[in-house]
Amino acid sequence: MSATTTTPQRAVGAERAPGTRRTLEKGPSGWLAVPALAFFMLFAILPLLGVLFLSFTRWDGLGEIKLDGLSSWNTVLADPVTGNALLVTAKIMFFSFIVQAPISLLLGVFTAASQKYRAALAVLYFVPLLLSSAAVAIAFKALLDPNFGLGPGLGLPILAQDWLGNSDLVLFVVVFVIAWQFVPFHTLIYQGGVRQIPASLYEAAQIDGAGRVQQFFNITLPQLKYTMITSSTLMVVGSLAYFDLVFVLTAGGPGYSTRLLPLHMYLTGFKANDMGAASALGVILVVIGLALAVFLQRLGGKNRNASQLEGA
Amino acid sequence: MNNLKLRTAGMAVSAAALSIALVACGSSGPAGTGASADSATMWGLTGGDQPVFQASVDSWNKSHPDSAIKLDFFANDAYKTKVRTAVGAGQGPTLVYGWGGGVLKSYVDAGQVDDLTGFLKENPDVQSRYLPSILESGVIDGKTYALPNNKVQPVVLYFNKEVFEKIGAEPPKTWDELMALVPKFKAAGVAPFSLGGQSKWPDLMWLEYLVDRIGGPEVFANIAANKPNAWSDPAVIEALTKIQELVDAGGFINGFSSIAADSNADQALLYTGKAAMILQGSWIYQGMKKDAADFVSSGKLGYTPFPTVEGGKGDPANVVGNPSNFWSVSSKATEDQKKTALEYVKDGMFNDENVQSLIDSGAVPVVTGIEDKLAASPDKDFLSYVYDMAKDAPHFTLSWDQALSPAQGDAMLANLDQIFLKKITPEQFAFTMNATIGK
Repeated sequence: MSATTTTPQRAVGAERAPGTRRTLEKGPSGWLAVPALAFFMLFAILPLLGVLFLSFTRWDGLGEIKLDGLSSWNTVLADPVTGNALLVTAKIMFFSFIVQAPISLLLGVFTAASQKYRAALAVLYFVPLLLSSAAVAIAFKALLDPNFGLGPGLGLPILAQDWLGNSDLVLFVVVFVIAWQFVPFHTLIYQGGVRQIPASLYEAAQIDGAGRVQQFFNITLPQLKYTMITSSTLMVVGSLAYFDLVFVLTAGGPGYSTRLLPLHMYLTGFKANDMGAASALGVILVVIGLALAVFLQRLGGKNRNASQLEGA
Repeated sequence: MNNLKLRTAGMAVSAAALSIALVACGSSGPAGTGASADSATMWGLTGGDQPVFQASVDSWNKSHPDSAIKLDFFANDAYKTKVRTAVGAGQGPTLVYGWGGGVLKSYVDAGQVDDLTGFLKENPDVQSRYLPSILESGVIDGKTYALPNNKVQPVVLYFNKEVFEKIGAEPPKTWDELMALVPKFKAAGVAPFSLGGQSKWPDLMWLEYLVDRIGGPEVFANIAANKPNAWSDPAVIEALTKIQELVDAGGFINGFSSIAADSNADQALLYTGKAAMILQGSWIYQGMKKDAADFVSSGKLGYTPFPTVEGGKGDPANVVGNPSNFWSVSSKATEDQKKTALEYVKDGMFNDENVQSLIDSGAVPVVTGIEDKLAASPDKDFLSYVYDMAKDAPHFTLSWDQALSPAQGDAMLANLDQIFLKKITPEQFAFTMNATIGK
């Protein structure tokens, strides 16, 4: 997971670098980017080209790699499971965004103040992020078990639902677990964002007689624009990479109800041993990820990459 | 500025997650038993056989310090993925743990495992120690590529005697009796059948037995031989229909499609009395013996053959499951590693000590002439039952997901899952599966 989640972050950073250089007139020398670029070539671009090549072959992972034109692409595009995987991915992306974004924004604003009890709570909220996705998934799987889990354990029949075995319910359970794990991360981003807002703005607002709610909507929210874009990019692009959590929690089931695109890619490659088709799915995944990242960056408007330093 | 903070946080988080993941994934293999980087390597499965393999290799390493073996264990599903990737990359273990069948054939086709026919000729003792029918699963095109390494594993219908007594029922002998039991158990608040549906392969045992009972072993033999439209056989359709009828009747426990068999949650439902029966491999006896010792030793665990189906062609004594697991020798290993591996197969495996420890774990080794040892075991009832079941079976069908090519096996499990969830009809299943023939 950690390896895959860092990819979109890297992509975002790489996209920003040239813009930053353009705006700051005397930017650091371009040569400083060479080591990073070299690593990026070696560990991102080269494997990507490898995957692109494999998508035009048929390979079972053991024998010879056979060039076979578009046959893997045809397999993937004709397979209804691929369409379903895209739909599931889109649903999870949408729901996990609308669940996570408001919660992490509010929590971030709440924990940004410097009272002691808020600091203590912030530490508590942060705990899920310290756990590996696999551990989170295993724990939730045990808690949600309709026969041995939390429901029967506490004698609460309402909790003893077939959370992970019901095709209609399971998607929302997955979204909940994802939110549980990743809200702390985005809270942290928002907390950082809020702390950068100049206190003078609030002081001025108080003098003008603005209440807390007014301050929130007229100062905090607009000032957090760029934080929101960063956080949203990570949320949306990151949801293309949810793999380990879902794999351990539901294995893509029941049926195909939680078979996300990355999971579909993994199962095609390593269960059905069709590396060609899996590579084609990988290419689709990269293209969607890049398109989404670019789109979200555009949302920031013309000056999206301009430095905000003058506000600090 | 936010960006910098974010990236630092991201890095710290990734590093933390990565290190946790690394710690969590660390193999449970023992460090330093005289094994070095050039030693022969062996990968086994966690679970019932793990201590048996460990003891066998430990004792081998003690008496053969110059040709020590390094042993690592993996969970079943994770292993199946890992070993194939590793073998494909030329990084596989010297001794490759497998099931025979279509997966073994794909190794043979890719030239990844050695032909052991010559080794068997030179060592008639090795050849003669196995039950001949079981040796068959390691043979591809007349040559032996894999040798059995543990226990015979027929699929058995287990039941909880206590629960049966409570409602005054007898284990089902026919499919109709089985269906008639479903409402009785439901009325008593007990699920009729436990099932590890998330793992998908436990679903398969139902299909395998039903097809065999209805149409006989030829039906699957046609499928395995890639005959066109073999999946449309009426026996397959009827078997799938019966499965859906059982699902409709509420035969399987609530939430069966979220229960994973790897965590043994399915067998726990049986011995805790939440489910009356479970159709599972003989290997779960080892698990229950460990996790629910009282339940097993007090004789509450019942077992019976799969019911017959009225008008079915299959012999009621036919068995499905795994004849055994197997060792193949990697063709990419060095000469020294291969030599060690074969010597271990000859002398270290199935020696008296190893056979006894298999029996003690609650398993039936796949070797001949062990009746006395089985009879002396505290688990003699179950072990003799399994031994006779395998020995007397007119036909022992290898688990289909292992018998077929990996691509077909995966498609079959995914579609069977859809059958249990009632997302597709038996006809749709047959149609989809016919399209995978030859893949």
